[in-house]
Amino acid sequence: MAKKITKPIVPLEHGAIPWLLAMAVATAAPHASHQPLWLSLLVGSVLLWRIWLWHTNAPLPARWLLIMLVVASVAGIGWEFRTLFGRDSGVALLVLFMALKPMEMRTRRDSMVVVMLGFFLLLTHYFYSQSIPTGLWLFAAAILLTATLIRVHGGAQPVSSILRYAALLLVQAIPFMLIAFLLFPRVQGPLWGLPQDAHSGLTGLSDRMSPGSLNNLIQSGAIAFRVQFADDLPKKSQLYWRGPALVDYDGVTWRARPNYMQTQGKVPAIEAEGKGFSYVTTLEPHNQRWLLALDLPTRLPAESTLAATLETRAREPVQIRARYTFTSSPNFVANRQETPAMLQQALKLPPQLNPRSHQLAAEWEAEFKSPEMISNAALLFFRQEKFFYTLQPPLLGQNAVDDFLFTTRRGFCEHYASAYVVLMRAAGVPARVVTGYQGGEINPVDGYLTVRQSDAHAWAEIWLAGKGWIRVDPTAAVAPSRIEQGIEAALPAGDPLPALLRIDTDWLRDLRNRWEATNNAWNQWVLGYNPQRQREVLSRLGLNEPDWRNMTAALAAFCTIALLLVTLWTLYQRKSATPAQRAWQGFCKRLKRLGITRADWEGPLDFAARVARERPQLGALTLEAASLFADLHYGTGKPEQLQQLKDCTRRLSRV
Amino acid sequence: MPIVQQFQQWLFRFGRDEQLPVILNQRRIFIVPTRTGFLFGVVLGLMLIGAINYNLSLGHALVFLLAGLGLVAMVHTFRNLVALRLTPGRVEPVYAGDVARFQMHLENTHRQDRRSLDLAFGQSESVSLDIPAGKQASIAIPFPALKRGQLDPGRITLSTHYPLGLFHAWSYPHPRLSCLVYPKPIETPLPPPVSVSHTGQRHGDNGQEDFTGLRLRQPNDSPRHIAWKAVARDIDHRPLLIKQFAGGAAEELWFDFSSVPAADTETQLSILTGWVLAAERMQIRYGLRLPGREIAPNQGSTHRDTCLETLGLYGEKDH
Repeated sequence: MAKKITKPIVPLEHGAIPWLLAMAVATAAPHASHQPLWLSLLVGSVLLWRIWLWHTNAPLPARWLLIMLVVASVAGIGWEFRTLFGRDSGVALLVLFMALKPMEMRTRRDSMVVVMLGFFLLLTHYFYSQSIPTGLWLFAAAILLTATLIRVHGGAQPVSSILRYAALLLVQAIPFMLIAFLLFPRVQGPLWGLPQDAHSGLTGLSDRMSPGSLNNLIQSGAIAFRVQFADDLPKKSQLYWRGPALVDYDGVTWRARPNYMQTQGKVPAIEAEGKGFSYVTTLEPHNQRWLLALDLPTRLPAESTLAATLETRAREPVQIRARYTFTSSPNFVANRQETPAMLQQALKLPPQLNPRSHQLAAEWEAEFKSPEMISNAALLFFRQEKFFYTLQPPLLGQNAVDDFLFTTRRGFCEHYASAYVVLMRAAGVPARVVTGYQGGEINPVDGYLTVRQSDAHAWAEIWLAGKGWIRVDPTAAVAPSRIEQGIEAALPAGDPLPALLRIDTDWLRDLRNRWEATNNAWNQWVLGYNPQRQREVLSRLGLNEPDWRNMTAALAAFCTIALLLVTLWTLYQRKSATPAQRAWQGFCKRLKRLGITRADWEGPLDFAARVARERPQLGALTLEAASLFADLHYGTGKPEQLQQLKDCTRRLSRV
Repeated sequence: MPIVQQFQQWLFRFGRDEQLPVILNQRRIFIVPTRTGFLFGVVLGLMLIGAINYNLSLGHALVFLLAGLGLVAMVHTFRNLVALRLTPGRVEPVYAGDVARFQMHLENTHRQDRRSLDLAFGQSESVSLDIPAGKQASIAIPFPALKRGQLDPGRITLSTHYPLGLFHAWSYPHPRLSCLVYPKPIETPLPPPVSVSHTGQRHGDNGQEDFTGLRLRQPNDSPRHIAWKAVARDIDHRPLLIKQFAGGAAEELWFDFSSVPAADTETQLSILTGWVLAAERMQIRYGLRLPGREIAPNQGSTHRDTCLETLGLYGEKDH
């Protein structure tokens, strides 16, 4: 150390405060959409108060007042979120401090704390959204934060030049971002247990099905997952994406058996025929352990298993968007041998409910010899009687299946699947409900099959001795178009469509396809860039067996190169002359052709004096040009003088 | 310690810059993170942990963007100083105890503005300036003149935090700088005129007897001494001339170092300085006698400055 630098306390400039407040608003405001209203109002009014104090140049409030305000609001946050250490309450605290810290911002160092808080607050927006608009908004906010730093350290300048400089700095930082994004050795989070509320609000299938539960899902146009097929596409009627099978029924709700796989050690026996389909699904996080695979997967992604009820289960709940590679075969025999426990469970019905259904099933059981024929009888019943497919079914009573089968006869997949399984079980055929998604839509822009929440579906499976579990979709018996073409086609004309499905104009559909393809690329390449993807990409880029050592080495090497380029680019600009210098050099060049060379050390007026001595006829013109240049370069030159200087060069060429 | 000092000598080049202008090349610009810069690093670390823990891919991108911003800011802080040209300007003499102001001319040959350049001598007060692209600017750096003589303020510390305050870049231009510092004046009554105090040496009886010649008139000259006869001889072509006399006890004072009633040299010099200023103010001709140096009585600002300089540099080796 040359010396100990004792820093004097630098007071904060009055003119810098609006920048800091604008930055506080830009980083805190978007959180208003998911925070309690009282907090947003508090934060807003504190910031307005601070703006007023700035405007009137009034002194900042006393410390005790601020401390009281902090204590009261922290208590409020603790009461609202029931904790101070969750994700949402943490963000709320940061937002609160962002509003309150400017209240005691007197020195430059105080303002730096506010800016650093702002940088941290930027990150928290990604808890809630990582979409392209969020990314763009946060880049703009980062420009504002950088501009604030420039304003605080660089004094007053025009707003536009501060913003332009901030943008320049950030644009120069982009190469580093790209290099580090690609090469920084990724670690799969979480590093420690996440707070309870970390994954609230994720939608998707549930492990239970009660009346109306699927209906809510179908109303949503949100994307459930996207699929990229390696080569061939299955037929639309084969696109059954298998979720949890629901076995337990209490007369109202169908439930999956949560620990079924653990209690039963037996591995499902799958006999697949023919060539399978290979594909990669990109599953949106749904905070459940099952993965959605085409019925029925023969090759599973790593770290996942096939449950006894044939759905694919990951080791941990899916909390981040992730890619899974499958191979599935539509022609299969599953569990030719089934455990007695499962078969017994697949025959259980709540006693005393739905007597008419039991009676009908008993008739079929007596009449038909084989389970296949009983099943066909049920499907024929659905087809011949006046059943309607609608998303707005009437309410059902206590004997829900009886009411549906014999009275209302209006419903959608969950009703048909539920009623069918009840009939089968009553007739002595082991059966269960399977939930999942059916269909999907190819996005012509990127070729991905997009499966939405609105494609949620429920169907049935029956077990036949020697044939295993066989898929039966009673909805197809009523509304074949639901399976062949999707839910829009299945609904009667008068039925209101879920909002996001009501897209019939081609250009609008095209626009949506493009937007979703962009989003998909974003998801695949930006948001889905995890350790595994990083290894894939780096291997493809030629880095053999990338591990953290050679990744770090490459990162350091590329960052050094980028730093050198940025440095050279920044320093190169010193060589370029100002317009006045260029004009004067032009004049001197012309004189050189006439035989008089200006020495490097010669000032403009000295040179003019020498020209006057050596070539008196050029003296006056050179003096004029030299005076103009001296004025422009060393004094307070005006723009028209630059023009005059250029005119001098023109006049010189006429001499 | 000697090794550390040698290292510092080598690293910070404590030599003087003999060539002007001093051009700050990259070899002599140093850069370290500021406290804010370290805080920024800590914040980025926390953000990275958050991004990893919550698997926020865009969070990673944000952290990397900001880390890149830090690197870019380093380059730009460096850029704010590099290739700056610095030329020392004039320095007005000051009295001991006052603040000397060293004028500096800085030239920015870059196409970008340079902002918030701080200049200081060591730990003393700093001044800040901006230089627009391709322009020059001047600024005076203050340095307290504590004692008389030639004041060498040492090297300049030219530093900046611009643009983001994350880095502190500095350089030590060390041109040859010097400020003449007069002794701090002490006001005491003027000594009695020489003719009364002196007996052995004759300087003229009535002070105006010994005519020694003519000289050009200066603004402070009394009208009584104008050589009217000489003027009348050639009124068109001659400027006003002044009759010069040797002696002149009534209006001449001799400030003799040995006769100053004070204990130490510095106080004696301060009293002499006070006398010179008082005599000049009262428009009395005065001479100065120091051991080994004598300045004949005269009057006017040039004479005063000569006297003050002699007093200021008294006893210094190179004078």
